[in-house]
Amino acid sequence: MDKMPRWAEVFLVPLISLLLAAVLSALVILAIGENPWAAVKMMVSGALGSTYGWGYTLYYTTNFIFTGLAVAVAYHARLFNIGGEGQAMLGGLGVALACLYLPLPHWLIALPIAAVGAALFGAAWALIPAYLQAKRGSHIVITTIMFNFIAAGLLNYLLVNLMRPVGSMDPATDKFPEGTHLPTLHDLLAPIGIEFSKAAPANVTFVVGLLACLVVWLLLWRTRLGYEIRAFGHSEPAAVYAGINPVKITMIAMLISGGLAGMMAVNNVMGEAERLVMNAVEGAGFIGIAVALMGRNHPFGVLIAALLFGFLYQGGAELALWTSIPRELIVVIQALVILFTGALDHMVRMPLERLFLAFRKGA
Amino acid sequence: MTKMQKFFGAAAALALTAGAAAAEPALIYDLGGKFDKSFNEAAHMGAQKWAEETGETYREIELQSEAQREQALRRFAEAGANPIVMAGFAFGSALDEVAGDYPDTKFAIIDMVTDKPNVRSVVFNEHEGSYLVGMLAAMKSESGTVGFVGGMDIPLIRKFACGYVQGAKAANPDATVIQNMTGTTPAAWGDPVKGAELTKAQISQGADVVYHAAGGTGVGVLQAAADEGILGIGVDSNQNYMHPGKVLTSMLKRVDNAVYEAFSAGTDLETGIQVMGIANGGIGYAMDENNADLVTAEMKAAVDEAAAKIASGELVVHDYMSDNTCPVE
Repeated sequence: MDKMPRWAEVFLVPLISLLLAAVLSALVILAIGENPWAAVKMMVSGALGSTYGWGYTLYYTTNFIFTGLAVAVAYHARLFNIGGEGQAMLGGLGVALACLYLPLPHWLIALPIAAVGAALFGAAWALIPAYLQAKRGSHIVITTIMFNFIAAGLLNYLLVNLMRPVGSMDPATDKFPEGTHLPTLHDLLAPIGIEFSKAAPANVTFVVGLLACLVVWLLLWRTRLGYEIRAFGHSEPAAVYAGINPVKITMIAMLISGGLAGMMAVNNVMGEAERLVMNAVEGAGFIGIAVALMGRNHPFGVLIAALLFGFLYQGGAELALWTSIPRELIVVIQALVILFTGALDHMVRMPLERLFLAFRKGA
Repeated sequence: MTKMQKFFGAAAALALTAGAAAAEPALIYDLGGKFDKSFNEAAHMGAQKWAEETGETYREIELQSEAQREQALRRFAEAGANPIVMAGFAFGSALDEVAGDYPDTKFAIIDMVTDKPNVRSVVFNEHEGSYLVGMLAAMKSESGTVGFVGGMDIPLIRKFACGYVQGAKAANPDATVIQNMTGTTPAAWGDPVKGAELTKAQISQGADVVYHAAGGTGVGVLQAAADEGILGIGVDSNQNYMHPGKVLTSMLKRVDNAVYEAFSAGTDLETGIQVMGIANGGIGYAMDENNADLVTAEMKAAVDEAAAKIASGELVVHDYMSDNTCPVE
């Protein structure tokens, strides 16, 4: 059964994939006449070389943790939720409504309420596709992706026509009141004597993201519901035979997934922008798919993969800022990583399996 | 000259060059990207013109995400770039937070008013220019139906549309104006295929002049208009050259001038609100050899008269932004 040891499966395969992506990226950078080694150094020092860089890296990481977990949970029920984008947008609406219209005096109160609002709105946006899948068999991939567009349209309508302050050019809500501003890592770490950059947007939501990883792990592997979700994902007939209700599991898995995607909004809408802008999610919902794939749908793997993508985002920003590498090429580099770690997984896995098998025979 | 003097002279010269290098200006493009053939590209042209004339260099960045707005501002400010020019209203809130932290750095923001002592806010009266091209469209139209294709459905584009409709109705009270927006996501700024589709749909409804305010999407609008044998109207930059004889005119929004002026002023940039309208040449419509045969002397006279009236304040074009409504449909 075991073709290769677990450490190879978990670490070696992604690592080799990453290296391949890095080599190809280096060739791309060489081809446009820049120095790949200098580019790598700039990415590393820009993303990890200062608390400022870390602040941005962890900010992006937090986004990807939530959307990655969302995809992972649904995936365990063999539901491919690619509507994280729309669910996170609606989550932003939930956060904005809570922050703007509820009297929230302090962030300790505002954080849980906004998080609940975000999760509720995100889950609600996953509800209809879930229902259609469970009851009507409409494929979840089609419905969730269509709901992304509906979400964009809805948000556009609300921001342009209803929630925008009169006279403002920007299709965005007002700033959230002072009481709802989340503390950044600078605010959190200063009392214990750690100097963290003030300008970086990473905030307390990162801690919430770490907790979410733990909770999802507990849910999937330590509860009855998690067992039912995984059993349903492995074999629907077997699950039905065991008395698991497929409609119920489909709905619940998607609601949890949508809720997690929605909670991303706590980070970007409440923590960073402190107001709801139109383009708040910026593809993090889709990056979540790559993060979940790379993390093997395990919460810990999602955390590591999210960190990697956070690094790529922030490192890419530094490249764009200080070199003449055009931003399209930075997207190419990010895409290569997704391609190798997500889509071309088997290209690395198969030869590696054969290699390990050969070793085992030899031994 | 003693050695000491020489030394001081060299040190002063060094300090001077260092100062000059540090005061490199910076330009930040919005998410649409540098080469959108429209708004951002106009900003780029202004910066290029400055660079070519002075032989100096400038820093620039094309944003990839919303979170980078503040990041790019801070990084440039910390690196000593001065002045820092940003193209796009969406920088408003980021600049609001950053400007106070760098009181010695001058900022210029285009399309947005930010009330800080070290910020120049450049706003354009797009509704006035749209009014002029709306008049031209209605006068040129034989069917009495003209079209408008907007990019993303945001207030700024509604401002364009509202001015256009007012102009069309002023020239021909019976004119019908068909309005479409390309989309509700930022993708609407770079979707020439959809722009062409919308244009064809408007043509099938009788439109024979179509104005676009849609960034890169507009490339498709002008293409479809040229292919179908009707006239398009360009926006922001002079786009008459793209299809000679098939582009009636272009509504000029001199973003390039705004960037050029800010760069030229350097660290002496005058702050405050700068309104660019017809009166000071910030807004206009394009006439060149590509469209000389399309605009008759009569049409030109009528539009120039309206332009003069707007400049003198005799004619007020309603600004959608002032109350979020448009008096005409």
